[in-house]
Amino acid sequence: MLTALAPDVGSPGKTRPHRSRHGNHFRKRTFTNYLLVSPALLLSIFIVVIPGIFTLLYAFTDWNGIGFEAEFVGVKNLQDIIADPVFATSLTNNIKWLALFLTLPVIIGLLTAALLLRCKRMRTFYQVIFLMPYVLAPVVNALVWQTIIYNPVGGVFGLLGITPPTALQPTSLYAAAAVDMWHYWGFLTVVYLGAMRQTPVDQVEAATVDGAGGWKVFVHVYLPSIRPTLLLMGVMTVIFSFLAFDYVYLLTQGGPANSSEVMGTFAYAFAFSSFQFGKAAAVGLIMSFFGLLASILYTWISRRSLLK
Amino acid sequence: MRNYFRDVIGHLVLAIFAVTALVPLVLVLLNSFKGNSEILGNPFLLPREFAIENFVTAWKYGRFTEGFVNSLLLTGTTVAVVLICSSLAGYVLAGQKVRSWPIIMVYLTMAMTVPIQLFIFPLYAVAAGLGLIDNVFVVGVILAAINMPFATFLMRTFFLNVPVEVEEAALVDGLNAFQLITRVLLPMVRPGLITVGVIVGLNAWNEFLISSTFLQGRDVKTLTLGFLTMNATFSTDIGPMMAGALVLILPVLVVFIALQRYVVDGMASGAVKG
Repeated sequence: MLTALAPDVGSPGKTRPHRSRHGNHFRKRTFTNYLLVSPALLLSIFIVVIPGIFTLLYAFTDWNGIGFEAEFVGVKNLQDIIADPVFATSLTNNIKWLALFLTLPVIIGLLTAALLLRCKRMRTFYQVIFLMPYVLAPVVNALVWQTIIYNPVGGVFGLLGITPPTALQPTSLYAAAAVDMWHYWGFLTVVYLGAMRQTPVDQVEAATVDGAGGWKVFVHVYLPSIRPTLLLMGVMTVIFSFLAFDYVYLLTQGGPANSSEVMGTFAYAFAFSSFQFGKAAAVGLIMSFFGLLASILYTWISRRSLLK
Repeated sequence: MRNYFRDVIGHLVLAIFAVTALVPLVLVLLNSFKGNSEILGNPFLLPREFAIENFVTAWKYGRFTEGFVNSLLLTGTTVAVVLICSSLAGYVLAGQKVRSWPIIMVYLTMAMTVPIQLFIFPLYAVAAGLGLIDNVFVVGVILAAINMPFATFLMRTFFLNVPVEVEEAALVDGLNAFQLITRVLLPMVRPGLITVGVIVGLNAWNEFLISSTFLQGRDVKTLTLGFLTMNATFSTDIGPMMAGALVLILPVLVVFIALQRYVVDGMASGAVKG
């Protein structure tokens, strides 16, 4: 009903009686608008920003997490952490994690998205199946793999008579990463497919008329067209690779012998196993540093689409 | 001929990946009904008996009744808070109604990528100091704050598609800002509200790090945390574990399949955290 009214509004709307009244009205509206945007902002500031600033401060203290009294210890926490061999393992593991997530799920996501682009009839069906692991809880996914696949007694690995990779030092990290990637790649398929479908049809037709085959159309038309999406998802992957926690914590607890420790589990153990909250904050700070670099990059890349 | 061959290969590849996604879930279904005698056999075999007691055991030791209630309260809190705050903020940002909107957009982008580990430790200490640990509503609000930036972005894109004329007409009709939003705009962005609601709801329902840290008492555990506790006792008992997994998987998949259009569109339209 209101949309039908819309065309009539143009002319009376333009004749505004008093400039001052308009200004007043606008100021009042601006105040209302700030009021409307404030709940979202305040919630984020009180729960994310202010505690974040505290982390920044407490990273330089011997805080034990009980109350807020703590001694300033300077850069001792950072020195201790960097000297800790487990930290080196964790950082290396985060980088391995990043390398895995920037390749395997991306390749599978692109391949399946490109195939779904041509397969119109079954598209929804496949997308729903691919997304099933993604919508399930990490706790459920991890425990399902642990119980029925990585189980030496009664699981798939038990059936094959192979020691599960979660129990071996060289493979434990990859065992956790495999489950995380299994749950994640379908999401990339859907995101890439969504981006590919935005590719202008005339570009694809022009390329096809020029005699380009499926592969050439993909490389020269679709890939350049989804470049912004690829880049943003890549930056997101960098951020989340440094924050990896759930699957490692649930499947290997960072073990055996710290072999699958990542910075997320390393920090968590400081806080909630040995109550060295100051050190935990320091590790959190190091993790955030990598995330922050990627986050600035992300904001920079997306500035155009953000501010248009 | 060549095209036909290519299509077959394409479908085959898609089918292989579909099977990869489904195999662990099918194993859950097969083994949830197996009795003790069959547990140590081949996990790929069909069950010969239907051991319903697996489900009874899982329900009891996973404390699924409390789990469902707590998960519903937590998720309901998160979804309600996110929908109210993100739609209001999304409306303002879509119309560029405040002068500092670019700063707010940049702030939200940064907030979307801030790691939980940067704020969880002080947040936990404050919550513990104020006696707010073991409270599902508190966790619901924390998760709402974490999901807020992404939800606001998504709501903003839905408000961008509402023609300016609609708003002008409503203002000419003498509606105030509140009436305009609740009576005119929110019904128009209903698909957006559903999309944000489903995605944020799934995030809250599935969340692990914050929930497990802030909900330690046995009466406040969510469904997934109850299942995790059960694992400590039944880690070698495959039958009840798989029955428990099935109880947790089915409702999520039912909701997801029923609302898949909104989830898929929401994910395709903008990058979703996860």
